[in-house]
Amino acid sequence: MPATPAVPIIRVRGLTKRYGPQVVVDDVSVELAAGQTLVLLGPSGCGKTTLLKMLNRLVEPDAGTVEINGQDVRRQRPELLRRGMGYVIQQVGLLPHYSVAENVAVVPRLLGHVPAAIEARTQELLTRLHLPPERFAQRLPHELSGGQQQRVGLARALAADPPIVLLDEPFGALDPVVRAGIRRDFRELPELRGKTVVLVTHDVAEAFELADRILLLDAGRVQQLGTPRELLLRPANEFVRRFFAAERLPLQLRTLTLADLQPFLSEPPPPALHQLPAATSVQTALEQLTAANPEAAAVGPLMHAFHHALQAAIA
Amino acid sequence: MSFWSELLEFWRTQAGKLAEQTLQHIGLTAAAVLLAVALGVPLGLWLTRRPRWAPAVLGAAGVLQTVPSIALLGFLIPLLGIGAAPAIVALLLYSLLPIIRNTVTGIQGVSPAVVEAARGLGLTDAQVLRRVELPLALPVLMAGIRTAAVIGVGVATLAAYVAAGGLGEFIFGGIALNNPVMILAGALPAAALALAFDAALAAVQRLSVRRLPRVGAGLLVVLPLLGALYLLPGAAGKLRAGFSPEFVGRADGLPALRHAYGLRRLPSVVLAPALVYEAARAADVDVIDGYSTDGRIRAYGLLVLRDDRRVFPPYYAAPVLRPALLQAHPELGPVLNLLAGQLSDSAMTELNYRVDYRHEEPRAVAEAWLRRRGLWRRPRPARGGAATVRLGSKIFGEQYILAEMYAALIRGYTDLQVQTKTGLGGTTICFEALRAGAIDMYPEYTGTGLQVLLQPRPATLDSLGGRPAAVFDYVQREFGRRYGLQWLPPLGFNNTYALLMRRQQARQLGIGSLSELGAYLGR
Repeated sequence: MPATPAVPIIRVRGLTKRYGPQVVVDDVSVELAAGQTLVLLGPSGCGKTTLLKMLNRLVEPDAGTVEINGQDVRRQRPELLRRGMGYVIQQVGLLPHYSVAENVAVVPRLLGHVPAAIEARTQELLTRLHLPPERFAQRLPHELSGGQQQRVGLARALAADPPIVLLDEPFGALDPVVRAGIRRDFRELPELRGKTVVLVTHDVAEAFELADRILLLDAGRVQQLGTPRELLLRPANEFVRRFFAAERLPLQLRTLTLADLQPFLSEPPPPALHQLPAATSVQTALEQLTAANPEAAAVGPLMHAFHHALQAAIA
Repeated sequence: MSFWSELLEFWRTQAGKLAEQTLQHIGLTAAAVLLAVALGVPLGLWLTRRPRWAPAVLGAAGVLQTVPSIALLGFLIPLLGIGAAPAIVALLLYSLLPIIRNTVTGIQGVSPAVVEAARGLGLTDAQVLRRVELPLALPVLMAGIRTAAVIGVGVATLAAYVAAGGLGEFIFGGIALNNPVMILAGALPAAALALAFDAALAAVQRLSVRRLPRVGAGLLVVLPLLGALYLLPGAAGKLRAGFSPEFVGRADGLPALRHAYGLRRLPSVVLAPALVYEAARAADVDVIDGYSTDGRIRAYGLLVLRDDRRVFPPYYAAPVLRPALLQAHPELGPVLNLLAGQLSDSAMTELNYRVDYRHEEPRAVAEAWLRRRGLWRRPRPARGGAATVRLGSKIFGEQYILAEMYAALIRGYTDLQVQTKTGLGGTTICFEALRAGAIDMYPEYTGTGLQVLLQPRPATLDSLGGRPAAVFDYVQREFGRRYGLQWLPPLGFNNTYALLMRRQQARQLGIGSLSELGAYLGR
């Protein structure tokens, strides 16, 4: 995957936002290729939500530009701009007086799609998000659980098939089990293939699971922009290093793959690892090995190689 | 007859009037609430966009709410005249607060997340307002409209004070006549209307949020139709009259007048007594009731129509006193009689005009008049041990002037001291003070003595026939016999009920007396 594409779909340059004397977003620049997922990560109050809202002009910047497909967003009517970008927020914000189906249909209706097409699309999305339309389409939002509401929120954002989807802590309000489920569905959603996604989160594991690249912010400033692996293994500064300190080992286990370990594995490699593809993460490999036999002989060599691979990667 | 059967009888005989007043009442309320919605909702929406203004605007609307409704009407008369306009504006101002406040509260109550999501999806500001904020705020908004409507039905009773009709006509007529049946005849339907409005709007409020927009639209259609009810009744005539509730109701008022002069084709509205003269001046009405020596007759260029068939009883002013006063001070009698026959209707009107309209001091006005008539004498120096005469007066300008005249005369012509006790309220208070010996004398009117204090049988009234001399003789005799009080000869003017017209209009139409008015209307 190319790190910096030739024609970015989103190009942010020198974006700055102040609220009174406080600089909330400070001179942020980033480019995003079509189909990539960018995660805006940072502690709360770091400016990631403000940055996201400047992409669809819910917040107007004090300085800097946002270009979508090479066009400055300020040259477009905000509502037309927004209809081309899916938008999901933590509080979901379903229209309480609209049924589930009506909520999903909001943007297609604004765009003047044919009713039959809207109907078909709604059914398809609800089915795919595990909300069978025959049971859920006519319900009102308050009759749904939090997780179900957020699924409707996702369906609503995707209904008009926008090329860009913005998500602001979409899973933040859900309990861990529900969150993991929705996140998996989200990741595997065919509708999201090829979409350019900007996702705000403060959850490091979520960022690593979903991101092609991560933009780590603190106090409005970019601390590091790069792949999860780059941020984890080659932190640009002390803030980045400390930010991942608490979860460093699990992140490393999830980030390094068997391919990374290959040079450090003894010859011949343990047979149990043969069946696994080279892109398998160390964590998955460990889980596979120990699932069958907790005392598997291959664990020792695997961990040994992991240790050396890590040394090499950090060096 | 029991109270309730009297009430039913009243409704039966006044069914037409009751229906008309009820329709007027509904019309006034609906029109005002509609206007308040048309004005208050946009204002409330604006405030949600400019929250900094909210305290000021809500505060102003709150202050309006605290202005007593009769005072508010008083402010509006000079601006809007009488009739539906000031009534609807007053109702509108009272309805504004709940509507503005509930609009603001309702919109602010919409979850910010829902609004943000809607904007983020690409709804325009207008779409957010129409499809999200207004529908979600509608239940709260409806509660405000409901409050406004119920307040409106209550305040609309006051419309009767500005000739705008409504059920207040019965209520205020009943209060003026101390007639509980008549009060309830208006108050009960008004209360029922308030309950009906509340119930109807409550039913609307209970509907689900999804159906509310359609109902709201329906309401916008129904309210103007209800408002139009107000325009249905109302007859046209050559002249229009505005009468105070008491005059319309009491036997020697309008009914007696209609009996004697016809005047059938004189459509009339009911007005607050304080507003009758204003309405005539502003030409909102052409004929009004009033008192024949009121200062505003002169100030407003009005003409007293001659009561040539003597329907109104004579109300000649004369001093009433305790006989002991003249026995103790025989020199006082001739002094008090210096005023006998000296004050004509127009002279008294002129003096009242100075006090009531030009706000001159009653004492200065009284002394200036005495000077002009050559009756003025410098007060004698006070002498120790001189007795004091206590003068009383009722609480209005004409009585103050008369009391000051007598005080000046007594000080100038005798060695007696004078103490004035002005402002003794109404007739009964003065009379009882005199009987109890708290005062020695006060100016009274023969008609009042007859009708209010003596209250003779109808046969006796008929025998007096409204002749001034006969009434005076009867009153003088009966006061002596029953209360041991004495009347001195009248001062000359007759402050009685009168019908008044603008002088200029009366001259144009060639109307100078009530017979001529009757003839003109009958033509």
